[in-house]
Amino acid sequence: MSKSDKHIVIIGNGISGVTCARYIRKKDDTAAITIVSGETEHFFSRTALMYIYMGHMKYEHTKPYEDWFWGKNRINLKQAWVEKVDFEKKKLFFQNAENLEYDILVLATGSKPNKFGWPGQDLLGVQGLYSYQDLESMEKHTQNISHAVIVGGGLIGIEMAEMLNSRDIPVTFLVREKNFWDNILPMEESQMINRHIREHHIDLRLETELGEILPDENGKVKAVRTNSGEVIDCQFVGLTAGVSPNVDFLKSRKENGHSLEIKRGILVNEFFETNIPDVYAIGDCAEFQMAPAADRKNIEQVWYTGRMHGETLAHNLTHSQPVPYKPGIWFNSAKFLDIEYQTYGYVPPSWDENTGSFYWEHQGGKSCLRILYNKGEHAIKGVNAFGWRLRHEFFDKAISEAWTVEKVLANLHKANFNPEFFKPFHQEVINKYNSETGKQVRMERQSFLKRLIGSRA
Amino acid sequence: MMNIQKIGLMLFVLGFAGFTALPFIGSYQLEKERVSEQVKDIHTEVMAEILSPMYGKEYSSNFAFISDFNAYFNSYNDKLKGDEDWDNVIWDNYVFPLTKAASKGPVSESPYLYLALTIGIAVLGGLIYILPLYRNEPEGIKNNGIYFSSMKSRGLLGIITGTWLILFYIILYWFPEYLTNLVLMVDPLSIALSGNPASQWFLYGFIYTLAILVMGIRMFRKYKGNKYQTIRTASVMFFQLSFAFLIPEILVLLNMPWHDFKNIWPLDYSFFYDYRIEGMMGSGALGMFMLVWGIILIVLGVPLLTYFYGKRWYCSWVCGCGGLAETLGDPYRHLSDKSLKAWSIERYLVHGVLVFAVIMTAVTIVNYFMEFGLLGQATDQLHSIYGFMIGSAFAGVIGTGFYPLMGNRVWCRFGCPLAAYLGIVQRFKSRFRITTNGGQCISCGNCSTYCEMGIDVRWYAQRGQNIVRASCVGCGVCSAVCPRGVLKLENAEEEGRLNEMPIIIGNKSITVKS
Repeated sequence: MSKSDKHIVIIGNGISGVTCARYIRKKDDTAAITIVSGETEHFFSRTALMYIYMGHMKYEHTKPYEDWFWGKNRINLKQAWVEKVDFEKKKLFFQNAENLEYDILVLATGSKPNKFGWPGQDLLGVQGLYSYQDLESMEKHTQNISHAVIVGGGLIGIEMAEMLNSRDIPVTFLVREKNFWDNILPMEESQMINRHIREHHIDLRLETELGEILPDENGKVKAVRTNSGEVIDCQFVGLTAGVSPNVDFLKSRKENGHSLEIKRGILVNEFFETNIPDVYAIGDCAEFQMAPAADRKNIEQVWYTGRMHGETLAHNLTHSQPVPYKPGIWFNSAKFLDIEYQTYGYVPPSWDENTGSFYWEHQGGKSCLRILYNKGEHAIKGVNAFGWRLRHEFFDKAISEAWTVEKVLANLHKANFNPEFFKPFHQEVINKYNSETGKQVRMERQSFLKRLIGSRA
Repeated sequence: MMNIQKIGLMLFVLGFAGFTALPFIGSYQLEKERVSEQVKDIHTEVMAEILSPMYGKEYSSNFAFISDFNAYFNSYNDKLKGDEDWDNVIWDNYVFPLTKAASKGPVSESPYLYLALTIGIAVLGGLIYILPLYRNEPEGIKNNGIYFSSMKSRGLLGIITGTWLILFYIILYWFPEYLTNLVLMVDPLSIALSGNPASQWFLYGFIYTLAILVMGIRMFRKYKGNKYQTIRTASVMFFQLSFAFLIPEILVLLNMPWHDFKNIWPLDYSFFYDYRIEGMMGSGALGMFMLVWGIILIVLGVPLLTYFYGKRWYCSWVCGCGGLAETLGDPYRHLSDKSLKAWSIERYLVHGVLVFAVIMTAVTIVNYFMEFGLLGQATDQLHSIYGFMIGSAFAGVIGTGFYPLMGNRVWCRFGCPLAAYLGIVQRFKSRFRITTNGGQCISCGNCSTYCEMGIDVRWYAQRGQNIVRASCVGCGVCSAVCPRGVLKLENAEEEGRLNEMPIIIGNKSITVKS
């Protein structure tokens, strides 16, 4: 265990900052750790904000740790908004005129919703959904309304549509692309979600863009006009066309000679080091100078990468030999209304001629599996699963060991993570593969006794 | 809500109100013949004498009748107690059978009508409300609005419901004489099943079973598309209807002791009481089977089945208490306390009750073989303390009465000695665990919130650790509500089940152990 008397200050109490603080404390018993956030006093799960609105949970249920946890682990919590950072004097200045000195600064400030300069984007009742304050605003502005419009077909967009739907507020969902989230998902998967959105009586408008947002006499939203000129009456507009790093308060502070290098996000190397010594950036707000891997982006904005950034930086801050950030096989998941989605490895929306794709869809149209593979060796590159839970461990191994598609399929029953008694899909998948390719992939059969004691395959 | 559902809800409330009001109607008149029918031969003369001032007098309410009855009866007993004439004190409880016998109200004349107007209408209304639930909605669990509901989030309706249940249990256990109208109404049913008139316990078993059946149907609607929930719910409905309700009554019809073949000591705490043992031993081959089967379940059934499947084989698939919790209690499952403090209280309490039950039973058995030479009084006192504190107050009043206040598994979590026993096996020697799916957890909290046993499931899931907890009853709801497919109930090899220092998959820079 390392011992230091440094004061490590982390701006941002999201998953990245909190993970970093927790792992620093695990490895360093004496460092002073302070987490600063204006948003909430305690860490909560940002991804669970939607469930508060839907009445599944209350705010306190979204806190992964009980309130005593922070005191017990000697992690100071400071609830305040940072106005500016003096990198030379190593000092934070808060909006309430207080200030705080640091020895090491970790920036984990997250994202903010994108706004693309649409006319009317700052009207009352027009907002994104990222922070706890956004949730409060959404609660306030969706009371007794009769129609809402969501702009932008991504994960937050469909979440907002689901939230409004849960309160019986009719929703029109404007999506610029041909199909829902088709800059990430291949066409079949996108179209499955299109159908599912419509099944929930959400008015999905594909290839439709926002033209302008129209105000009423009180400066509140009254309607939107689409790029085709159609006017849709609404009292609430959700702007969900992606998020970008929340770094405005860190920009252009040149007066003290030190200026943080920022492109879209705070520029960091593979050790999360910024251009200023003792200042690091992790999570959504960090932009790698070089993408961590060929199939990875320079800005990683998902929960899991935030956690890994936090773990890795905490290691580097508590060990003399820093390690570079090396993420493993990509994975992600989401839930589109009732359909769960998991992905492992590399599955882009379209692929080159060296890549083969095998796609199976259940006749019910709510479950599917796609496997991308390298045409040469038939080695699996990635998998998309909808309405079918798959074992992370299985695919992490299969992809990193470059199993052939045939081997993956023959062992697919071992990857199944659906609850017991759910209809198994693997035989159907193998049958389709065999009939498409003329191969004879066979699944190993389990004995009756093994099935009776429910042994994992 | 559809209009038809509103009608259903109204009917339910009407039936429920009728059920609540029924004990207060009718009049009561005691005759000497009734007394001799209802009391033991040795008490016939003296009881006839004690109650003689009441004969022929019409009471317009059960309060007046019971108050007079108690006054005469107690003054007789108090005098004897004052004289320390213990042998002549009447220890039997005659107030319930005599109040029931004295009832002249319309209920005893047309029990079916009143049954239909109260329980019948409530069940019908409940079904009309439940059947259209989630109609035309895609498969998937909708917990929408639970925390906005007064009934389901400790609002006024929830508090009223809890209070009603608590009062109902107090009256049922300690003042059943006030419920005689309700019991009269199910008399014909009891006679048809077992040949005997109904007791308050028959009434209780009847509404208990109906609650599980009707709310079981609600489970089918709510968890539609989730086969684990559907099959599990069908299982608890089946075990309640057959093993806990019909078979015991039929046994009585066949002159056998009332026996629930799926109830297991120490939940069935009176299993080794001398009257039970003698009842079983005196009932031929079937009686012997009851005794042997009961012991097999304790020494072989519990460890073996729990080894293979976890305690869920009993707690959320078979047990009657679990059955009610999983059906009637499902709307309240999220109200359980998830704090670390609650967990530590839970461990002291539930294991404390187990120790209490074991000591009480050990004393009982020793005493049985010593023919009550040594600890006769102690056994009786232990039995009555346990029966009062654990069997009635904890399991009933708190266990069910607190559904809308502390969640649906208060008894199972804090009090049930069988759950403690099953839990010890599950924790230390079982193939069952809830597997966490690598690094997919987003710490949203749905699993912990909807865990009826108050397990902070997220604590484990977010660090990639399997959930191996003594208290987990394997209801499967954490897995069902997880939005990212992180949790799976599994029986599998013991190796790797307890992963104390898990490593979350996905980060190749370092291997951090949680």
